[in-house]
Amino acid sequence: MSATPPPSTPSQAVEPLVDERLISRTLKAALRGGGDFAEVFVEDKRSSSASLDDGKVEELVTGRRRGAGIRVVAGASTGFAHTADLSPSGLAAAAEIAAAAARADGGQGSTESPRRGSREPINEVIIPPGRVSGGRKVDLLKLADETARAEGGAIRQVACGYGDSRRRIMVADSEGLLATDEQVKTFFGVSCVALGDGGMQTGRETSGRTVGFELFDDVDVADLARAAARRALTKLAAHPAPSGSMPVVIGPGGGGVLFHEACGHGLEADLVNKGASVFAGRVGEQVANAGVTLIDDGTMSPEWGCYAIDDEGRPAQRNVLIADGVLQGYMLDRLRARRAGRAGTGNGRRESYRHLPMVRMTNTFIDNGDARSEDILADTPRGIYVAHLGGGQVNTATGDFVFGMTEAYLIEDGRLTAPIREGNLIGNGPQVLMEIDAIGNDFAMGSPGTCGKDGQGVPVGDGTPTLRVARLTVGGTAD
Amino acid sequence: MFGTTASDLLAMGDEICSQARAGEQIEAVLAYSSDTEVRAWEGEVESFSSATSFGVGVRVISSQRQGFAYAGSWEPEVIAETLDAARANSAFGTPDEHLALAEPDGVDPVELDLYREELAGVTPERKIDLALALERSVRSADSRIVGVESADYVDSLSAGAVVNTSGVRSFGRDSTCYLMAYALASDESETQTGFGYSVGRSLEDLDEGKAAADCVERALRLLGAGKPVSGRTTVVFDPWVAAQFLGIIGGTLSGEALLKGRSLFADRVGEQVAAAGFTLTDDPTNPLAFGASSSDGEGLAARRNDLICDGELQKFLHNSYTARRLNTVSTASAVRGYSSTPGVGCVALAPSPGSRSAADLIAELEDGVLVQGVSGLHSGVNPVSGDFSTGAEGLRIRDGELAEPIREFTIASTLQRMLLDIAEVGNDLEWLPMSSAGVTLVVDGVMISGE
Repeated sequence: MSATPPPSTPSQAVEPLVDERLISRTLKAALRGGGDFAEVFVEDKRSSSASLDDGKVEELVTGRRRGAGIRVVAGASTGFAHTADLSPSGLAAAAEIAAAAARADGGQGSTESPRRGSREPINEVIIPPGRVSGGRKVDLLKLADETARAEGGAIRQVACGYGDSRRRIMVADSEGLLATDEQVKTFFGVSCVALGDGGMQTGRETSGRTVGFELFDDVDVADLARAAARRALTKLAAHPAPSGSMPVVIGPGGGGVLFHEACGHGLEADLVNKGASVFAGRVGEQVANAGVTLIDDGTMSPEWGCYAIDDEGRPAQRNVLIADGVLQGYMLDRLRARRAGRAGTGNGRRESYRHLPMVRMTNTFIDNGDARSEDILADTPRGIYVAHLGGGQVNTATGDFVFGMTEAYLIEDGRLTAPIREGNLIGNGPQVLMEIDAIGNDFAMGSPGTCGKDGQGVPVGDGTPTLRVARLTVGGTAD
Repeated sequence: MFGTTASDLLAMGDEICSQARAGEQIEAVLAYSSDTEVRAWEGEVESFSSATSFGVGVRVISSQRQGFAYAGSWEPEVIAETLDAARANSAFGTPDEHLALAEPDGVDPVELDLYREELAGVTPERKIDLALALERSVRSADSRIVGVESADYVDSLSAGAVVNTSGVRSFGRDSTCYLMAYALASDESETQTGFGYSVGRSLEDLDEGKAAADCVERALRLLGAGKPVSGRTTVVFDPWVAAQFLGIIGGTLSGEALLKGRSLFADRVGEQVAAAGFTLTDDPTNPLAFGASSSDGEGLAARRNDLICDGELQKFLHNSYTARRLNTVSTASAVRGYSSTPGVGCVALAPSPGSRSAADLIAELEDGVLVQGVSGLHSGVNPVSGDFSTGAEGLRIRDGELAEPIREFTIASTLQRMLLDIAEVGNDLEWLPMSSAGVTLVVDGVMISGE
């Protein structure tokens, strides 16, 4: 093998993404025609990924996206433009387009000089992935592939993926805010296909954290590979899922997505303000069974959805959304906080410099209760146990949501029996919250996820202890 | 600065490919787009976004190994850095004798009229007026419409080129615009939502009245919906839902899935996989298709591919790599953006329409369910095992008539079984903003779960 240097060796020296005086000039230009608020968001994101499929390392991919998004707020309107050209002329041109788009005809149009905030990155990155050779990343893929295949001859196909990213951001606004952050994330996933008499089944396991390559000091990719393979093999014997309404027990870490969909989105203030949430106007009310505490915590290092500052420069926070069943408040971004006359909650996020920020979740989870998981199971004569969930979707206006079961079992006489095939669960957020009738004490975080909203994807985490929903509709095929 | 004409993009591609070293193959992908998005809310412009984007992707194959890199900029030093990175990345792949770029195969590209210059000249004021008018129409349509979650005007002018060292040089550009709205309808006790849209290549194609009327009707007719009783029944997919279902079927016919042992239709070419009379075609050269294109993601001339004829599976789709691996030829079905290597997929899938209207088909059903929306397709459908289970909302069909609205239920079957259970195809084929056209589909024997 030739001695090729690693593909990306970014300098770790912290030079500003854009000179602060240039930022000031850009903010002034953005408000030249009036307007109430202007903001420059600069992003420089490098990423690398590698995949192994069908026994072959397909290729190493590296990418870079760098640019700035500029927004101008005038009254109820927001103008936005972005550019990959960070030169003085490129930023000036984008500022002009954003100002014209906002159609400001008045407003104060004044800016304060940006003052540097003093946020530290949320994590010290021990091993910057950009400094790790492609060969080491590829070796992890090979190890996972071999381990999964060794789980049995029924494993017919294995796909593994490695990914890392280093995202530097800088936010400055006309109210004098200037903040920076560096967000490093590392991810590994394994998917297996098993073949049996009844056809093919799939199993997947992933791990991702807001850390560097030191992720693999903690996470053994061979463990992920074995878990993915076993999940596929288990399902070879799976029965068709039942259909109809029944008790559903969700395993620790497996069910965070339920609450992300069932109520998380409905507590985002942009949807609440438009009347598109069943939780609008319900702060202070009992919206969940006693004992249910729902938290969104952007400071939860090193989970997948954490950061030091959000994409509007506000510090991440731990926000208790529901305490012992009572709705405490909504998640806010800058616009929504200002309209509500409240302090922000640090939930203003965007996929990239090419997007406007909006209200987004971070790490969303149900806090521990005091039941023992074995007691919850033993107390459930018939139902299903969901060990692992796939993605979900919600209509926040009606509260109706679905999510997919990727590993589930029948519960008969208080014990787990046969595995069941994949299917969706469907329910209604407010009803499900009231029907959580048991919460375990074995909290665990779930798999790293990407939350999609209005065409933008952002990394999020979720978690739950073991818990039981008294009634949920299981969408199987069994009569 | 850079221009965005065919000669500008091809020249950039030529420049990158000219740097190939001995034994090296290079493919350059250049992408440009200029986008506007206007969102109206309560009679005002909530947001107006406008921007141009540039992208470059470089694939290098050397010593039977492949590397790839991309960047969101056309600055010369960034392009140079991207080529260097792709070259360095190629050291780590597994050697594979089948790796190679697409080669010209003698098929001439079909000239398609997908770009309307007049869209580039539309003023911001006109775009704002369209979004505001849509929002106003929705809001004022009915007293039970209590809000508009979003009312958007969106347009995009894009251009792309693929150039490689094997002689491929392709360029294409298109224009698209659409109006889309989500309405909130409410009676005393509950809220329901509905969406409507209108898609075109220039403003004259857009029908604001239809977009508004559709979203209002879809929201209003769900008011008062309850959960249905569980059981097996006939479902009628409306065109929007059918298009999503067909898109999933198209994905299972990818040569990539076949090659990697993940297609549930492997070894079934020539066999009956769908109901007799059902025909499915992917034809990017149909200019009516939203995904129409004169060339594929590797620069080969796009062509029509018949996938299922009268229920019988005809073939799988391929890009250059999957074709080489399986000792066949590319069907020009490479799909990709500038930030990825080519995959395989459908872009303009359509079933052959039947002869009867949706109303006629519904009139024949004693009992059934019209499904107007599904949710959780990404989580509830497994294209490898074929398990299919999604959330759904719609209307009960009783004695040939649309009856009460229903929601919060699931529909479940398997992809294999649903294809064989297709009882009827409507005559209402319409092109939607996705990789598949929509048409009313009647499918027997689907399990619905509610109470």
